[in-house]
Amino acid sequence: MLSRVAESIYWMARQVERAENLARFLEVTHNLILDQPDNLVDPWAPLISVTGDFELFADRYSVTDVDSVTQFLAFDASYPSSMLSTLRQARENARGVRESLSSEVYEQVNQFYRFVNQASQQSKLESTNNFLSAVRDMAIQWTGVLDSTMSRNLGWHFANVGRMLERADKTSRILDVKYFNILPKVDDVGTAVDDVQWSALLYAISGFEAYRREHRMINISRVVEFFLFNRTFPRSIRFCVTAAVASFAEIIEASQPGSDHTALELASSLKHRLSKTSVEEVLAGGMHRFIDNLQSELNDIGDAMNSDYFHAVSL
Amino acid sequence: MSMQTQSQSTQNSAFGDYQIQGFFDELVDQQGQPRPDAAELVALIEQLPPGELQRRQQAIERSLYRMGITFTVYSDAAGTEKIMPFDIVPRIISAIAWAHIEAGLKQRIKALNMFLSDIYSDQQIVNDGVLPRELVDTAPTFLPQCMGLKPFNDVWCHVTGTDLVRDDTGAFFVLEDNLRCPSGASYVMQNRYLMKKNFPQAFRASQVRPVSDYPARLFATLCEMSPPDIEDPTVAVLTPGVYNSAFYEHSFFAQQMGVELVEGRDLLVRDDVVYMRTTDGLQKVDMIYRRIDDVFLDPEVFRDDSVLGVAGLMRAYRLGNVSLANAPGTGIADDKVIYAYVPEMIEYYLGEEQILPNVPTYVCFRDEDRQYVLNHLDELVVKAANESGGYGILIGPHASQAERAEYARQIEANPRNFVAQPTLALSRVPTVTDDALEGRHVDLRPYILCNKDDVWVMPGGLTRVALRKGSLVVNSSQGGGSKDTWVAAEPGQRVASLQSS
Repeated sequence: MLSRVAESIYWMARQVERAENLARFLEVTHNLILDQPDNLVDPWAPLISVTGDFELFADRYSVTDVDSVTQFLAFDASYPSSMLSTLRQARENARGVRESLSSEVYEQVNQFYRFVNQASQQSKLESTNNFLSAVRDMAIQWTGVLDSTMSRNLGWHFANVGRMLERADKTSRILDVKYFNILPKVDDVGTAVDDVQWSALLYAISGFEAYRREHRMINISRVVEFFLFNRTFPRSIRFCVTAAVASFAEIIEASQPGSDHTALELASSLKHRLSKTSVEEVLAGGMHRFIDNLQSELNDIGDAMNSDYFHAVSL
Repeated sequence: MSMQTQSQSTQNSAFGDYQIQGFFDELVDQQGQPRPDAAELVALIEQLPPGELQRRQQAIERSLYRMGITFTVYSDAAGTEKIMPFDIVPRIISAIAWAHIEAGLKQRIKALNMFLSDIYSDQQIVNDGVLPRELVDTAPTFLPQCMGLKPFNDVWCHVTGTDLVRDDTGAFFVLEDNLRCPSGASYVMQNRYLMKKNFPQAFRASQVRPVSDYPARLFATLCEMSPPDIEDPTVAVLTPGVYNSAFYEHSFFAQQMGVELVEGRDLLVRDDVVYMRTTDGLQKVDMIYRRIDDVFLDPEVFRDDSVLGVAGLMRAYRLGNVSLANAPGTGIADDKVIYAYVPEMIEYYLGEEQILPNVPTYVCFRDEDRQYVLNHLDELVVKAANESGGYGILIGPHASQAERAEYARQIEANPRNFVAQPTLALSRVPTVTDDALEGRHVDLRPYILCNKDDVWVMPGGLTRVALRKGSLVVNSSQGGGSKDTWVAAEPGQRVASLQSS
């Protein structure tokens, strides 16, 4: 597979996954404010904090509220990681390599972008919640189209690595929202409000029902464990890293002996550690710190892909 | 007393007021009756409720957006996208007319290939005084770097898209040859696909020859023309990139043929062999279906500022390590002055008379022709020899006095650069407007594949239509759209089934 094509497919998948997770971030918060007493916690600032782009936000908006945060994360064309911008990039990437995708995959990402672009041009959305759940539906369709119309060839595996690394990163950030939320309001821990907040996080990764089936009661350790280490839930970090490792292995299967596979080595070692770490260790050492380290390890894997496959020096 | 019923007004039917206005109409004859091959289609359209054609047309336009068959207007910050307009009423060509076109195109492409072999080697046709040497030497598309090239099987033009027009008598003429990288064949595929999806009844009613095997035939041609003795050649499509207006087509054919779509930066030449950069190292390339112009192919040989091609490509090509389709250098035969000599080429190389005539052409390089052109500018279409896309054209009868004077000045300053042709009353096809059908002028670009031993002509082609009322310019950059083109099958001939697309 052409290096350029592999890189575009990888980024395309990452970008669509990123857009999907922004919708999940926003959706859960929009739901949360309907469920909690006024001014208990400010739910909007943490959304910006976990993106790591607070400065970009502050440059553009003077207040942090439902409208400015929704506009920034969903529709701001000048913010390169907004839903609209990432979908535009995803579609540009897909357009450049559409011969290597199934027609359906290209059409789906094209429709997805056009849907969000149209919404962005409306002065006021009728229902933000409806819009966000429509985005989530389109993202799920996208996953279905990718998986049901493409051969499990190199193209699919690069796409899969892209979406799994992105999903792992975003799941960690959704969990991190709780860190930013909880700090100012230590008194809430263990209350009904806290229960609602943890449940909302589970909804954000579509994991509420799966969690209930396994644990029934909301319990901080179990929820954190579910996010980080669940072996079978498709948005848990361990699941995503395991899936990425499997795709790396297939990519290597198809390549000549002696080539570089740093990305696989890094991903395998992360997978191993995720299977050996307990939630108690994470909470003892500080969840936020654990998540920060995890995110930088995921970034290292992405960097290694550049030298392994996309911009190999030997070429 | 009988019950009152709604009157069957002909005013409401799509063809109710249709006027051919003295032009040759492809679907309707002089008496206003449908031509035999169009009878079923016209009857079907007549039965549709008012507005139904427009509705189906809009459905097709939505599909085009959904499938992303669009151009992006990059100057626009909002990234406005446009589709190439599509008209739902097809153009129908009879089996007899098609047989004539097919024979004419085969003859023409044979002669052009022989001309290219000759002009880049011994130049017999010049030595024998059939083609003036000065015309070759002054043609910017004649590439001295190509002297001595020997493409496999002497085929230079693997893929050709020849533009044909019909005059007010219905006679076909060759308007121009596009021998470098003609585009538009993907639109033929998509137009047919969309028509089948949105107007299937029309196919049940008519006998239409299929065009869907074009990508498979293209791939077979490219494999056959790869360097000999390669069992399973690696074919790639070379595109200038995603910002090129024909990018969709490049990507479409790569996808349909199942080959890589490469850009110049994906390729490199090492030891005179062309490779592409893959996730698993370098992979050798045997045949490049190049969709970039000659002069961008190789900065070592042609334009040294080109970043679209790859350095060393021509070395590899000359040594026979890679094939190029089309061969570099073919643009010389696209020159509108050289075009005027194609009848002489057919006579010279094949000893035959031209089957499909050129449009009568005045070559301003010839004194007598130039005088005639200067005296009749208000009747003629004047064309610059090496412009395309509808640019560099003066349509005398529609031009202002000042525009004609400017062309007269240019012709006298540089006669070599201009030809002129009579303004043809191009044939028309009924076309959907806001509330009715009206005649619009069309041309036709069939695609021709040249194999080792035979020449294949796609039964159909791209019908381009000038959507602006009265306009003769069909180019998409200037308000043109396209139509599906139906070649009627002869009795017993295999026709398009609804299943294949």
